[in-house]
Amino acid sequence: MSAAPLVTVENLGRSFDVSRPWLNRVIEREKRRLLVAAAGVTFTIGRKQTFALVGESGSGKTTVARMMVGLIAPTTGDVVIDGVSMTARGQDAERRRLRRRIHMIFQNPYASLNPRWRARDIVAEPIRAFGLAGSRGDVDTEVSKLLRLVGLDPGDSGKYPHEFSGGQRQRIAIARALASRPDFIVCDEPTSALDVSVQAQTLNLMRDLQDRFGLTYLLISHNLAVVRHMASRVGVMYLGRLVEIADVREIFRAPRHPYTRMLLEAVPDLALSGRPRKPIAGEPPNPIDPPTGCAFHPRCPHATDRCRREAPPLTTLPSVMVACHGVTEGRI
Amino acid sequence: MSVPVLSVLNLRVEFPTRRGSLTAVDGVSFDIMPGEVLGLVGESGAGKSVTGAAVIGLLDPPGRLAGGEVRLAGERIDRLRGEAMRRLRGKHIGMVFQDPMTSLNPLMRIGDQLVETISAHLDMSGDAARERARVLLSEVGIPAPDLRIDDYPHQFSGGMRQRVVLALALAAEPRLIIADEPTTALDVSVQAQIIALLKRLCAQHGVAVLLITHDMGVIAETADRVAVMYAGRIVEIGPLRAVLAQPLHPYTQGLIGAIPTLDSELDRLVQIPGSMPRLTNMPPGCAFHPRCPRVLAPCRTERPPQIDVARSTAACWLYREQAVAP
Repeated sequence: MSAAPLVTVENLGRSFDVSRPWLNRVIEREKRRLLVAAAGVTFTIGRKQTFALVGESGSGKTTVARMMVGLIAPTTGDVVIDGVSMTARGQDAERRRLRRRIHMIFQNPYASLNPRWRARDIVAEPIRAFGLAGSRGDVDTEVSKLLRLVGLDPGDSGKYPHEFSGGQRQRIAIARALASRPDFIVCDEPTSALDVSVQAQTLNLMRDLQDRFGLTYLLISHNLAVVRHMASRVGVMYLGRLVEIADVREIFRAPRHPYTRMLLEAVPDLALSGRPRKPIAGEPPNPIDPPTGCAFHPRCPHATDRCRREAPPLTTLPSVMVACHGVTEGRI
Repeated sequence: MSVPVLSVLNLRVEFPTRRGSLTAVDGVSFDIMPGEVLGLVGESGAGKSVTGAAVIGLLDPPGRLAGGEVRLAGERIDRLRGEAMRRLRGKHIGMVFQDPMTSLNPLMRIGDQLVETISAHLDMSGDAARERARVLLSEVGIPAPDLRIDDYPHQFSGGMRQRVVLALALAAEPRLIIADEPTTALDVSVQAQIIALLKRLCAQHGVAVLLITHDMGVIAETADRVAVMYAGRIVEIGPLRAVLAQPLHPYTQGLIGAIPTLDSELDRLVQIPGSMPRLTNMPPGCAFHPRCPRVLAPCRTERPPQIDVARSTAACWLYREQAVAP
């Protein structure tokens, strides 16, 4: 990893106000209700690395991803990309320049492409928006080049999204993401809407492009096998907080947090090795009314009184950062 | 040998269109024995859900059964229409779909929904039916079934709703359960719970299961035998272990190689070039031949027969030597 990380996320948090209307609150003497979608999220991503955020639905992965590209503003903390803060005042000009260098690939290629635009216009939009090509001819050449790069036929550039298959649409989305020659791409579940054979094509393509252009990825996924295949570092989220961060080999070789272990247990075993599987109890809790102390304690087989009272901070241990009283106390 | 619970022979489903009819399912045959879980796996558009719908007479028009036989415990059911089919389905075939709200009425308490099903098919009423509903709910792992029996579906989480659907599917003591992507909408940890539950309950009740899914992981956890579908045809069918460990058909080999696993150190995943053909543009011969790395001369012109290889069956010309001369 090079000296300075490309992306630094510091104490990032976001809450959403889900209170009932003011009048109801006054009449029924209710307090405001906040949904804490993410809190105290801190990590860095080195250049040309892939950092993966994993977790179940409602764990706050997508909220973090959206804050990283500036789609929603954080309530606390900051994202700094190549020295430029996404929130600080007085850096507007730098931030505008930074915009070109960040792009996002969304989960659902059926929803992320405008159905009324032709493929060529979808891919050309960032080129035009950032003024990266002079004439109309230059834009067309660039679009053809990008489509060929992601394995599509430039002859199809006049087609509309509905004329492509799901995998081809995701390729268009990738071509669009590459169009502004970014350094950093946030990929939010890029393959979970795709069939496995198409997923394999897409993941291979993403890795090839990373090698070729030196891209840095933030990969959001609930699929641990995909993460294992793609990531260099992994952060595990549970109910809006990071519970474990480690290098990919480390986390799959020796998961520390009980939740990480549980997630790994739940991955179906294709090799039929007869790996023993512990039954997993419970379901993710409601984020509006989270448990006290460590949010995982109601499902945790190692929970003690301290876990029920006190939220564990993310603690740095050799080769891993983990938020668990059991691990820091040496019980697990 | 006992009679299969479900026996499908040369099933063919067509969708008539203005430009001629499209064949979505073409010559599909399989048996499911009592207590057995048959996994029907394939990618989107392979025809697996249409196969499931055709078996239970729930094809959406204009789709129609254009040929073949479906037998439930030895009796032809593909010719049943209307009320007769509806009664048979309710009594003998349970269904679990991807979205639990497909099966649940949002305006009815779950207890009433269970009691309705039980009293319609089991000659039980009032207290006995309610007691059976309570037992079913506790069997599928609903905590405090005495209290939750009077709750509405929206008061349950996604995983719990799918458990209620499972109770509903089992309520009339069916012989067969058709589960179409039962865990696809659930979180991974909950997915594992539902899979374990489905397998355990079906074994206990001796129910046969047709499990339709795109997820090879779910198949590996649940199925006894696997049928792999591609472009409306079954390309390979065999015992779980054989299909996963020594896949015969090049498509199955590609499909399994494409799945990233936890212990792989590979830099690249196996990649099947291209994509599944559209129904309007089906290649001649073997439908997989334009994408197949081991294509032979007859693949391009002649459709491969089902050839028995060891304990499996594959529709692939690679194994033509093994084909028994007629």
